[in-house]
Amino acid sequence: MTTLEQAIDLSQHRSPVSRILGSQIFWVFAAAVLACLALTLLTDSFATQRNLFNVTRNFAFVGLIAIGMTTVIASGGIDLSVGSTVVLAAMVISVLMSSGYPFWISALAALAAAAGVGLLNGLLIAYVGMPPFVVTLGMLSAARSLAMVLSNNKMIWEFGPDHDLLLWVGGGSTLGLPHPIYVLIFLAALMSVVYRWTRWGQYVFAIGGNEQAATLTGIPVKRIKVSIYMFSALTAGVAGILMAGWLGSVTTNLGQAMELTVIAAAVIGGANLAGGQGTALGAVIGALLIEVIRNSLILLGISTFWQGMFIGCFIIIAVAFDRIRNLSTND
Amino acid sequence: MSRLRLTGISKSFGAIQALSDVSLEVAPGEVLGLMGDNGAGKSTLVKIVAGNFRPTHGSISIDGDTVDFHKPRDAQRQGIEVVYQDLALCDNLTAASNVFLGREPRRQFAGFRFLDYATMHSRSAELFAILKSETRPRDLVRRMSGGQRQAVAIARTLLSNAKIVLMDEPTAAISVRQVSEVLDLIHRLSDQGISVVLISHRMPDVFAVCSHIAVLRRGQMVASKLAKDSSPEEVTGLITGAIETA
Repeated sequence: MTTLEQAIDLSQHRSPVSRILGSQIFWVFAAAVLACLALTLLTDSFATQRNLFNVTRNFAFVGLIAIGMTTVIASGGIDLSVGSTVVLAAMVISVLMSSGYPFWISALAALAAAAGVGLLNGLLIAYVGMPPFVVTLGMLSAARSLAMVLSNNKMIWEFGPDHDLLLWVGGGSTLGLPHPIYVLIFLAALMSVVYRWTRWGQYVFAIGGNEQAATLTGIPVKRIKVSIYMFSALTAGVAGILMAGWLGSVTTNLGQAMELTVIAAAVIGGANLAGGQGTALGAVIGALLIEVIRNSLILLGISTFWQGMFIGCFIIIAVAFDRIRNLSTND
Repeated sequence: MSRLRLTGISKSFGAIQALSDVSLEVAPGEVLGLMGDNGAGKSTLVKIVAGNFRPTHGSISIDGDTVDFHKPRDAQRQGIEVVYQDLALCDNLTAASNVFLGREPRRQFAGFRFLDYATMHSRSAELFAILKSETRPRDLVRRMSGGQRQAVAIARTLLSNAKIVLMDEPTAAISVRQVSEVLDLIHRLSDQGISVVLISHRMPDVFAVCSHIAVLRRGQMVASKLAKDSSPEEVTGLITGAIETA
């Protein structure tokens, strides 16, 4: 026999099954699996080891930055500068390595450059009070320009004494899995714990939910905001280093328009552009779906010119779903 | 001994005299209704007690000790809590997370400090029980009624063992049924021996919960008397200036 209390409880805290069915991540994952199945049946080339290896590695880069982006979006902001941070980090590490510095020092310098971009973004947004959209849009232009200045706009493909190490870190694999995937799994697991179980995670979502309330309850909103943009830039920096090793050469158009793919991945994965919502797992699944779709366009022989159309439509559709969900829950 | 005593409080912003020579006393567990028209100085007075502003002249004492607040944190340390009109809640978090926002308990595990959700849930359930509210710790604030949201905001003040709770227009934007819920919450606070200063425009609410009523007009205290010795008509007259003082 169920009491009234239990009935209310059941209607508010639904069973695990209905909770999974109600989550956006589940449906996005289902869509990705379906797309994979369809491609396996429709093409000979999808389920080959080589193609799957490529897909997993490609999506790892987008997934990594999407976790950083999800954090920014969950706090109610946006970071348009991640694509340029990718090329800046990649350029710093390749310029240093090609002039003879060891991998670790160059990698640390690349991460420091990325962190610097994030720090500047964060300071301007949190302390000067400028809108994130404008600050990071400016940084999108500035950081890429800096990468061009650093490299004199030349392609770099000689990485000095640690050349092989860089290629192994970014392009190698262990136990059949490409290295960027390990980094992605580690970061996704780490951030899932951080979001739920730490004060920092709680404050990110509190700021995204109601910034004024966060300030009034004594949360150091400004400092947290700076750390959020630094974290986002660092994920882009890590992706930049891995991409340099994967490609074996770095040009100044690396990571161009990547911010859109990353934002799409985060939004498809359930990050709410109004702030206050998002998960690390969602960011990864969103990136997976986008990469599978992108790969399928190539394999099915559809012109790559259509890719932008798909990503654009994805963002809009994901946001539209969000609107519809909000309309139905508002009474 | 009075819980809160204001003596000769004046505040001027440049040439504008917002408050002049306001004196006030609140006993432990007493509910004081602070009334006045827009611009009468209610908000300024509350902000002085909450530590947002320092008075130009005058002194504040709590339980007989003179205090001097430079920032809101100083006032909080002395047991003064403010329930803001918009409640300062995060809709996307649970009731328990909101109650503990900014002072989450943590537990050491494997060298890291993690949020202690078990304590947060059980402690906030206790607080809601004290308030006799049906709010549940794990529910998202987004799905709550206006009354339940008030309970979350008020539970926050209980958590810090507040001595004095300042409430700014708590019943301004909610339905009639929820108003009575909020008034009950104020009674619960008073039962706990907490003094409440209620700022409101709504005459019936003030007379329903307040034992004492103070009226400000153009920065001056024109009346401070027991609610049972006054009437809504008299208070209206005092607010508008139709009655000089009482």
